[in-house]
Amino acid sequence: MNRAGFLALLPLIVLAATIVVVMLSIAWRRRHGLTLALTLAGLALGFASLWIAAPLAPCQVTPLLVLDRYSLFFFGLFFTSEFAIALLAYDYLRRHEVPREEFYLLSLLATLGAAVLAASSHFASFFLGLETMSISLYALIAYLRPRPRPLEAGVKYLVLAAASAAFLLFGIALIYAALGTLDFRRIAPALAAPSVPPAYLAAGFVLLLAGIGFKLALVPFHLWTPDVYEGAPAPVAAWIATLSKGSIFALLLRFLYSSRLLAGPAAHRLLLVLSLIAFLSMILGNLLALLQSNVKRILAYSSIAHMGYLLVPVLAGLRPAHRSLAVEAVAFYLVAYFLTTLGAFGVIGVLSTAQSDAGRIEDFQGLFWRRPLLAGIFAVMLFSLAGIPATAGFMGKYYLVAAGASAAAWALIVVLVVTSVIGLFYYLRIVAALFAPLAPAPSPRLSPASGLVLGALLVGLIWLGVFPEPMIRLIHALAIR
Amino acid sequence: MILLCFILIPLSAGGLAWVAERWHAQAPRWLALAAMLADFALGLGVWIHFRPGALARLRPPAAAHPAPAWLLQLDWHWIPRFGIRFHLALDGLSLLLLLLTFFLGIVSVLVSWTEIRERVGFFHLNLLWVLAGVTGVFLALDLFLFYFAWELMLVPMFFLIALWGHERRRYASVKFFLFTQLSGLLMLIAILALVFAHAAATGVLTFEYAALLGTPLSGAAAWWIMLGFFIAFAVKLPAVPVHTWLPDAHTEAPTAGSVVLAGLLLKTGAYGLLRFVLPLFPRVSHQFAPLAMLLAVLGILYGGLLAYGQNDFKRMVAYTSVSHLGFVLLGIYAGNALALDGALVTMIAHGISTGALFVLAGLLQQRLHTRDLNAMNGLWDTVPRLSGVALFFALASLGLPGLGDFVGEFLVLLGAWPVSRLLAAFAAAGILVATFYALRLVQRAFHGPNRHAWRLPDLSRRETLALAPMILVLLWLGLFPSTVLRTFRLVIPSLQPPAAPAVLPAAPAAPGKALRP
Repeated sequence: MNRAGFLALLPLIVLAATIVVVMLSIAWRRRHGLTLALTLAGLALGFASLWIAAPLAPCQVTPLLVLDRYSLFFFGLFFTSEFAIALLAYDYLRRHEVPREEFYLLSLLATLGAAVLAASSHFASFFLGLETMSISLYALIAYLRPRPRPLEAGVKYLVLAAASAAFLLFGIALIYAALGTLDFRRIAPALAAPSVPPAYLAAGFVLLLAGIGFKLALVPFHLWTPDVYEGAPAPVAAWIATLSKGSIFALLLRFLYSSRLLAGPAAHRLLLVLSLIAFLSMILGNLLALLQSNVKRILAYSSIAHMGYLLVPVLAGLRPAHRSLAVEAVAFYLVAYFLTTLGAFGVIGVLSTAQSDAGRIEDFQGLFWRRPLLAGIFAVMLFSLAGIPATAGFMGKYYLVAAGASAAAWALIVVLVVTSVIGLFYYLRIVAALFAPLAPAPSPRLSPASGLVLGALLVGLIWLGVFPEPMIRLIHALAIR
Repeated sequence: MILLCFILIPLSAGGLAWVAERWHAQAPRWLALAAMLADFALGLGVWIHFRPGALARLRPPAAAHPAPAWLLQLDWHWIPRFGIRFHLALDGLSLLLLLLTFFLGIVSVLVSWTEIRERVGFFHLNLLWVLAGVTGVFLALDLFLFYFAWELMLVPMFFLIALWGHERRRYASVKFFLFTQLSGLLMLIAILALVFAHAAATGVLTFEYAALLGTPLSGAAAWWIMLGFFIAFAVKLPAVPVHTWLPDAHTEAPTAGSVVLAGLLLKTGAYGLLRFVLPLFPRVSHQFAPLAMLLAVLGILYGGLLAYGQNDFKRMVAYTSVSHLGFVLLGIYAGNALALDGALVTMIAHGISTGALFVLAGLLQQRLHTRDLNAMNGLWDTVPRLSGVALFFALASLGLPGLGDFVGEFLVLLGAWPVSRLLAAFAAAGILVATFYALRLVQRAFHGPNRHAWRLPDLSRRETLALAPMILVLLWLGLFPSTVLRTFRLVIPSLQPPAAPAVLPAAPAAPGKALRP
């Protein structure tokens, strides 16, 4: 690895160094504020180093990692999100009698895993990144140990994630057996060889998809989602909903488009499997959300549906002519989804007490008349999830439909549209509760840190919804090598 | 810039009204009233400036160009990546509908003066933002911008119904939102399909109305895309099979909400058909016309019959809307200038007469705390002025000659007659049904003995102030419809391209970037 490689890798190196510094500082002295400050400073430095890495992109650093604009874009997104989550977690953790400092350590570690996923071009780095992220998440989900719910959620996630990792490894092994390579971009030439056994390949891909589907909570691998969302502390749930899913999605997109696996011999059936997963996720995610009465569970099911929506451009982009619009659509939608989800969980975090996280619809009853700003932010976030104009979610949904329409994937778009109207129903239920007559309940004040984050998210959300052009220009230059 | 002001004034006044509630309880009302008056005055000024006589001198009609003649335009970059522009434009059709918007806006503020007592600031925020959204719909000329405004006006309307509505407001507001959202998303798919079809044919990705006008489409594609648009507008209009959201939403909404719904939101559906479906898909629309006219006549009769069967004042008026808007649909698809004239006059007259009936229902509800016609009986004894006004608007609604509704419906029938005598005859029967329900309303509510011994305050000065202009406008529309029609006539050629395969000249220097694959 030469000097350019080191420089290109700088964002990851800075992040790793931050983790070490935070760990040492905790060993030296436990100070909540100091740990937060170090975390934020490290993330800001990492973000700044993107500008050093950007001129060198695209740059292949070892066979494992590729630093192109695509991965740098996701680095930026992940660092920013982790920054927001750390600030939100600061307020959240202050209300709890647990060791607080390790939270930042673990979430930084998980962010490193997410960033590696976005940059990996090889199954080895894929698996390493995934495990770095997952193992940190096991601890994060069960972070509030005195409470039974987080512990239950953590164990559930641990067992299922371990099983899915086993599937994933087996799938990778089968693909390796069939093609003799672990490098994504060597897959396409290997597919052309006449001696590829299609059964190995198909089985390997399906197992791989099961592992990825688990992380993305796509139907039928979604069963853990509502329990983990409900049980995990609000900032951790935000982390799982955004960075965990976004990084896996970035990887999935790169894997599918650079390996051209779906142009290979078993393509037809694989495509069918992927489409079926998309349909099921959109339909079941939305229908099951209708039955929920806990806001965190509603958000969990809605996230299943949103990941299903995101498969629409992925499928549309399988033909190379539509690829660039598909990548654009996915990237924009993920940005919008990150902003929105962070905001929604941020509000939940602010409303949570030391005893329990806010979740029941009653916790939000009449919030608008007590805390207009907080409730207004939450309502805008929900409207964005529902894709109402003037929010980022609308532009995101527009992108999805445009990507689908440009590839003439009408069946997928129609299902997307119909199911998103079903989705509107449960979002409106929460909105209606927010504006319902006042219920006598205490509501915590908005602290400066959370207020700053939520305000920034709100502004960003509306900015992206009304003036999306700068972000579009940034995203338009992304391409998958 | 004037066009931007039309939208910005209510938008900013709405935001201000919300804050102003803290200074003074009445401040939001005055702010809202001032904003609407300012917009109305601005609209009138534009109308007078561009009066048809002056226009003829400006632009000789010899230039028989089917491209629309815009009086005012505003065209800014917005999202160049997709060829989306912030393009507002005003022609006679939008101008007349804007005037109606601001007029009913003033009325809505006035009638909410005592009805809305809680969360006054937030109420006026929503009211003004709905009006701003409606204004945007009438002005937008970029299809993306149109969709943007179209969806955006739903959110404040949802709040108006959900927060200040009557007993079943939650149900009604959600139903309203889901119906319109689903149909709106179908329109989004249709818009994108049209845009990508245009891009595939010309290599230019644009949402510009003028550029999309001449999109060459295969027969099947044109049908599907046209249907996407038609369904969205038919739900809003509402045409018969998809009208079920309307009675609930109209009945449960607060008075101002009902006025805006009936007077304006329904008109956006008719406007969409006029502005987009007919010119964008001339050939398919021509083939589709018989079916649309059949739906229209069904709506006229079905709405009328259901109205006759209602005991709830507002629900009854809501069903009459279905019937009246059937005439609009009939006029739009009859395919001649006479019927289009009729559709436009019906749109305006219905906005005012039905709006007024909703106002009266609201005034009675405020006094009686019920909308049940069975509980009314003989109100003439105690509120003679209110009853007289109600009689006037009931007569307008049944199509009494000399009032606006008559002119509109008569012109529609006149235009529809040469196209289909059978349908015109059935539609004419709809006027007969209107007589039944309107007279039944007057008889049940106002005539007869005052059995429940109501003692009620008659119209206050503010209420009279809201209703009197509505009476005058209806009379004026009925007696001098040509003042309005002359403005509209200039627009008709652009709404009615020849039904033969349209070979429209491409728009000069169509904005938008080349499609980057």
